[in-house]
Amino acid sequence: MSTVITTSTKVKKKIVVKKISDLWIHIIMTIVSCMCILPFILIFIISISDEKMVDIQGYSFFPLKFSSAAYTYLFNDSSAIVRAYGITIFVTIVGTTVSLLIGSMLAYVISRKDFPLKNILAFYVFFTMLFNGGLVPWFLVYSHILNLNDSFLALIVPNLLLSGFNVLIMRSFFSNNVEVSLIEAAYLDGAGEFRIFLKIVLPLSLPVLATIGLFTTLSYWNDWFNSLIFMNNNKNISLQYLMTKALMNIQFLKTSQNATTEMGRIASEMPSETVRMAMAIVGVGPILLAYPFFQKYFIRGLTIGSVKG
Amino acid sequence: MIDSVVYKKKSRFKRNFQRYGVISLMALPGVLYLLINNYLPMFGVIVAFKNVNYAKGILNSPWVGLDNFKFLFKSTDAFIMTRNTILYNIAFISIGLVASVSMAILLNEIAHAKLYKVYQSTFIIPYMVSYTIVGYIVFALLSPDRGFVNSVLSTVFHKGAVNWYTEPKYWPFILVFVNTWKNFGYACVIYLASIISIDTSLFEAAKIDGANRWQNIRYITIPGIKPIIITLTLLSIGRIFYSDFGLFYQVTLNSGIISSTTSVIDIYVYRALMNTGEIGMASAAGLYQSSVGFVLILVANWVVRKVSNENALF
Repeated sequence: MSTVITTSTKVKKKIVVKKISDLWIHIIMTIVSCMCILPFILIFIISISDEKMVDIQGYSFFPLKFSSAAYTYLFNDSSAIVRAYGITIFVTIVGTTVSLLIGSMLAYVISRKDFPLKNILAFYVFFTMLFNGGLVPWFLVYSHILNLNDSFLALIVPNLLLSGFNVLIMRSFFSNNVEVSLIEAAYLDGAGEFRIFLKIVLPLSLPVLATIGLFTTLSYWNDWFNSLIFMNNNKNISLQYLMTKALMNIQFLKTSQNATTEMGRIASEMPSETVRMAMAIVGVGPILLAYPFFQKYFIRGLTIGSVKG
Repeated sequence: MIDSVVYKKKSRFKRNFQRYGVISLMALPGVLYLLINNYLPMFGVIVAFKNVNYAKGILNSPWVGLDNFKFLFKSTDAFIMTRNTILYNIAFISIGLVASVSMAILLNEIAHAKLYKVYQSTFIIPYMVSYTIVGYIVFALLSPDRGFVNSVLSTVFHKGAVNWYTEPKYWPFILVFVNTWKNFGYACVIYLASIISIDTSLFEAAKIDGANRWQNIRYITIPGIKPIIITLTLLSIGRIFYSDFGLFYQVTLNSGIISSTTSVIDIYVYRALMNTGEIGMASAAGLYQSSVGFVLILVANWVVRKVSNENALF
């Protein structure tokens, strides 16, 4: 009898211990989650704060007065921002579409087991992941051989259009999920290669296309590097790069001691504190708003590379 | 006899051409793109051995042998940027490993399905956003006159404002923290996927044996994900000569005053190419980086093959 009682209290004790350690895990997880999102909330709160309060209080989670002036300014008075927004949307749509098309075509060709050059092509793609020529020759190819400086193509083509890694991911998906017999049957029925690709292979590969497309979209949307390297005239620049300039130039003006009147004039035209933070919100907003809808694909996409096909 | 062999070969080529002509065309755009974007720059590393003169054209610029490399390695820059790159990467790899593995293990202990999803989703939000946004966030925290950290320092700890963007000594901590903040979620998701694939019968057997939570983690979970931990770590060691340009450019606001602790090889190459116009030095540093990087990744992959063959890159 007594042993039964002691074991049952033991079990109870164990459950209590488990509950306490569960609580601790939840506390740790909540703290880490807050560290991940609170910075974004801070930026958002600054963007809807009153400019004068920011001057007095500094950046705070609890501003004494709110204002929507920053957003009004952003969309009414700042043509540069609206323009950069339009450019970024255009570049993202065109870039992602072309990228998916040429990437999936190349991946499909490599995935065809009967294609005589498939191994050579696979190595050709793979080697780009191992070695690269570095920034200087890459820059010289685009700016001095192809003369892409200041053109829209400079935002679409360099580096972002195709990654060997993505091609190889799609290749594994095609070879694992598209039946060879299906392709052969269509071929015997007289369908051309391109038709087979469009009507049979692509519809069967929507999951991988969605995942790769999502990552490509994000990398176009987030890109500022190509603007930094190739855009000298500041006219056709991406949203993220415009934001970079807005942050760094104010910083430069503040740290430089001998600000001339010319610089002072630029400073007065620069977006003020709250407007800058509103820009950041506008730049990251679409991603965060769409995130709940694509997070399943995103998480799946993150693990895709670690599981070899 | 010979004629018939030639004839056969010809017809095979012809047959292949007819069969695979269209499909070769489909591969062509991608192949051309990689040729321009990746292979042309690989051959372009010859600029490191030239004194590039835009007026004469790149191919007609005079050869200077190893002069660019001699200048580069005589300067203190070469030592500083190599040291910074390697030390930062060591810190990123080790601290990132501890953060992401422990988060993955804790996350796996959570039975509540909805909360599990919420935690996991928030962890990877920083990974999704651009370094521009991260630069803004860090600025909102560290801005000398309005920053959140300085106002906490003054109101809570009664300390004076710190001018973060001009003090090199703080940056190793800031950059390691920011890098971990941005990237731990990604690695956490990968480790989590690997934990989930551990054979559940092991945990059931342990439960019957009366193992507690810590014993489960110590003797089943960690050994179960050990191969993937080793693989990912080795592959990041293979990339120890490279660094994330965005982190070092955006988060520091490209401040030159703190470059003694923030200049890495990628930053040096960028500044030499775009700001000071020392193309020779830039391309020498770039070739130094990519050739050492190439050797390292081959070695890393060779070691991965020895440890767990199925995880090797090639």
